[in-house]
Amino acid sequence: MDKELLAQGENLMRICNSCRYCEGFCAVWRAMEYRREFPAGDLNYLANLCHDCQECYYACQYAPPHEWDINPPLTFARMRTRSYEQYAWPAPLAAAFRSNGAVAALVTALACVLFQFGVVIFQGISALSTPVPGGDFYQVASHGALVTVFGLAALFSLAALAVGFVRFCRDIGETPFDLFSPSNLKVTLAETLRLDYLDNAGWGCSYPGEESSSLRRWLHHLTFYGFLLCFAATSVAAVYAYVFGWPAPYDYLSLPVVLGTLGGIGLLVGPAGLLILKRRRNREITDAGQIGMDTAFLALLLLASATGLLLLVARETYAMGTLLVVHLGVVMGLFLTFPYGKFVHGIYRFAAIAKFALERKRKQVLGA
Amino acid sequence: MDQELSAGTDVLVIGGGAAALSAAIAAREKGARVILLECSPKHFRGGNSRHTRNMRLAHETQFAPYTGAYPEAEMWENYLKATGGEGDLELAKMVVGGSSSILAWMQTHGVRFQPALAGTLHLGRTNAWFLGGGKAMVNALFRSAERLGVQVRYDAEVVGLDVRAGRFRSAAVRIEGKTVCVPAQAVVVAAGGFQSNLAWLRQAWGPAADNFLIRGAPFDTGTLLKLLLDHGAESVGDPTQAHMVPIDARSPKFDGGIVTRLDCVTLGIVVNKNGERYYDEGEDFWPMRYAIWGRLVAQQPDQISYVFIDSKTLDRFMPSVFPPVEGRTIAEVAEKFNLPVDKVVATVEEFNRAVRPGTFDHTIQDDCRTEGLTPSKSHWALRIDEPPFYGYPLRPGLTFTYYGVKIDRNAAVIFKDGRPAANIFAAGEIMAGNILPKGYIGGIGLVIGNVFGRIAGEQAAVLSRGAERKAAV
Ligand SMILES: Cc1cc2nc3c(=O)[nH]c(=O)nc-3n(C[C@H](O)[C@H](O)[C@H](O)COP(=O)(O)OP(=O)(O)OC[C@H]3O[C@@H](n4cnc5c(N)ncnc54)[C@H](O)[C@@H]3O)c2cc1C
Repeated sequence: MDKELLAQGENLMRICNSCRYCEGFCAVWRAMEYRREFPAGDLNYLANLCHDCQECYYACQYAPPHEWDINPPLTFARMRTRSYEQYAWPAPLAAAFRSNGAVAALVTALACVLFQFGVVIFQGISALSTPVPGGDFYQVASHGALVTVFGLAALFSLAALAVGFVRFCRDIGETPFDLFSPSNLKVTLAETLRLDYLDNAGWGCSYPGEESSSLRRWLHHLTFYGFLLCFAATSVAAVYAYVFGWPAPYDYLSLPVVLGTLGGIGLLVGPAGLLILKRRRNREITDAGQIGMDTAFLALLLLASATGLLLLVARETYAMGTLLVVHLGVVMGLFLTFPYGKFVHGIYRFAAIAKFALERKRKQVLGA
Repeated sequence: MDQELSAGTDVLVIGGGAAALSAAIAAREKGARVILLECSPKHFRGGNSRHTRNMRLAHETQFAPYTGAYPEAEMWENYLKATGGEGDLELAKMVVGGSSSILAWMQTHGVRFQPALAGTLHLGRTNAWFLGGGKAMVNALFRSAERLGVQVRYDAEVVGLDVRAGRFRSAAVRIEGKTVCVPAQAVVVAAGGFQSNLAWLRQAWGPAADNFLIRGAPFDTGTLLKLLLDHGAESVGDPTQAHMVPIDARSPKFDGGIVTRLDCVTLGIVVNKNGERYYDEGEDFWPMRYAIWGRLVAQQPDQISYVFIDSKTLDRFMPSVFPPVEGRTIAEVAEKFNLPVDKVVATVEEFNRAVRPGTFDHTIQDDCRTEGLTPSKSHWALRIDEPPFYGYPLRPGLTFTYYGVKIDRNAAVIFKDGRPAANIFAAGEIMAGNILPKGYIGGIGLVIGNVFGRIAGEQAAVLSRGAERKAAV
């Protein structure tokens, strides 16, 4: 983290820790109260524990234009992006966080073009506009090729995410084993899956404006669970193909298609809603340098879902080939940018929530 | 906008803190048209109320967010003890009695509460804490007021009152560079004390006042208090009575708020600029003594003092906003403060020699004390001998002034001839002196503002509707 941001973070925590009025809002403030010093690793932990609910900003008597210029959501947002860069692997790709919107767009566009080339070269240009009976897309892009290309991309992304994750754990001074011991995992999962820290005892968050609302939390739920459902759809399809030997495409009422459709709807409504809220948010708390990253991730999720659903509807028409290419390109763009975009917030925040659960337990033990 | 204002209203509320908001909401709920004028910009709305954190409220049983029951009788005892029973006991009874309805009232208007903050658990039983603090409370009340239809104007400073034969006619308001006259059937004045009026403080305190730091809003300049007094309102209290606590001398002149307080006096020793101790730092628990220390520091030469502690005690109090001044020796810290080094060192040595062995316990009045030292330190006296050593500079921090206008049970302002004003009401700091001629119990300022704010708003509304009916006949 650069010195200036580090100093800003320390200053913020020193002032907040002597006020504590926000203690009841989210985990950050209680975690802050466990400390008196705020070295870089702790600041990264707190920054990633912050869910950006923004309640504290509106409650703060020292928020700008007060001379102390206390702006926790903005300071934490800046520290978060810097921490993403710090943990990125391989290191040179950290630069992708800087102009993330452009990077994600470029990678996705490139992926679309390459898939198109691939189809044209291996299946001939007519494959892009010839209806296939039953909508069997493997006639456009072969099963083997898809598995290989996506398998490699997934492996790379997973490896990069894993390295980042381990680096984060080390930076905040914990081992993954402590963080994810069965009992701690249980607490962490519950708090994560419910998005407790966007909930504020039912009031929600001050987002996009001052008034508290639960809208953002529900839109995040739609996005997150939509994503999980799509993931489940793919997994079920894999089981169908490899275990039972039932090849795709599947019926509209088959399990993978139903899961995928439901997930797809979540991934349409959730990201679209979040994008709309994002446009309305308070500029005073927005890190302008991060808008590209936030938008890129939501846009890719939205596009992946939109193209996927379109593909499903139009799979027996002449548009299938082109739609498939675009869908594959978008999904590939998403896969490749997982470790270098907004997606990483999920894994670091999960680990931060785990550390907070652990810290609470340690406090109890000490207090007993 | 000018036209809307100059068209006038039923009830005009002057001020934008908790008292004003309570009055505006109450008046609106009684059916009056209400305009609220706040002189600060929107970002700084809420005066001193935006710095608060809790309210002391009586409750006969335990329920969230309290940790136990706090009967009215006990609160009354606490009040009497803190003020020596010198306030207007009839009004004080109304405050204590009215306090129990405030929690629900605030919740109805969107204010959220939480259990006591860590480090202040001793107040968890008696006080209800705002989730997010006073600014969150003020935000909620503004939202509720506007939703109910109260018209709010920011950057609207009242500079004059037209009062004739004891009746309020209109207020002169500076807004967008112009002066607009706003007529109303009744007015509620809830514009705070005069603690940020440096000239007035100097008049009351002499040049010492120049060294006071103002903990709250720079907007509470007492303009309305002065106007009311000039129109013949009877005053209560005297201008030197105020809530004053020792705060870090490095704090900004205004608006430093809660974080500038220093809770380590009972853990160390305090010397003035001559390097001399002057008062028993361990006389009683800090919450019982911090208001006394504000005045003590104000009485020292140049209104400054320095607290010295060592590394044993650094982590035993709430962290404060400025880092301590640190040194390997006492002399080093004293030098950084530009104090007479030899004298400070001698004072610390003398203190250390006088400390008797004991069992330190900050949660009780322990047996760690000095012997043969004047002034003595009666509790929590530990030798200051473990380097590194730390020091904090202290100045008097003014919370709010008590000097105000006299009111009656209806919150009506009383004139010098003893008659209540027909349509002028006051609430909050501007009349707190009726109840607090001196002394203070934590969390009662807002209670006074809410109880009398609501009464003032209701009375003003009833009056203005009566006037309307008369006009219609
Ligand atoms: C740091 C700090 C912490 C505190 N903590 C607590 C606490 O926890 N609990 C508690 O009960 N009390 C607390 N107090 C005291 C408390 O702030 C006051 O008792 C209470 O807020 C008074 O409310 P009020 O509405 O009368 O005044 P204020 O909240 O000060 O409001 C006065 C309003 O009048 C406006 N105004 C002034 N002049 C004009 C004008 N000419 N025209 C138009 N508007 C004008 C001001 O801008 C302001 O909005 C604290 C005070 C401070 C400084």
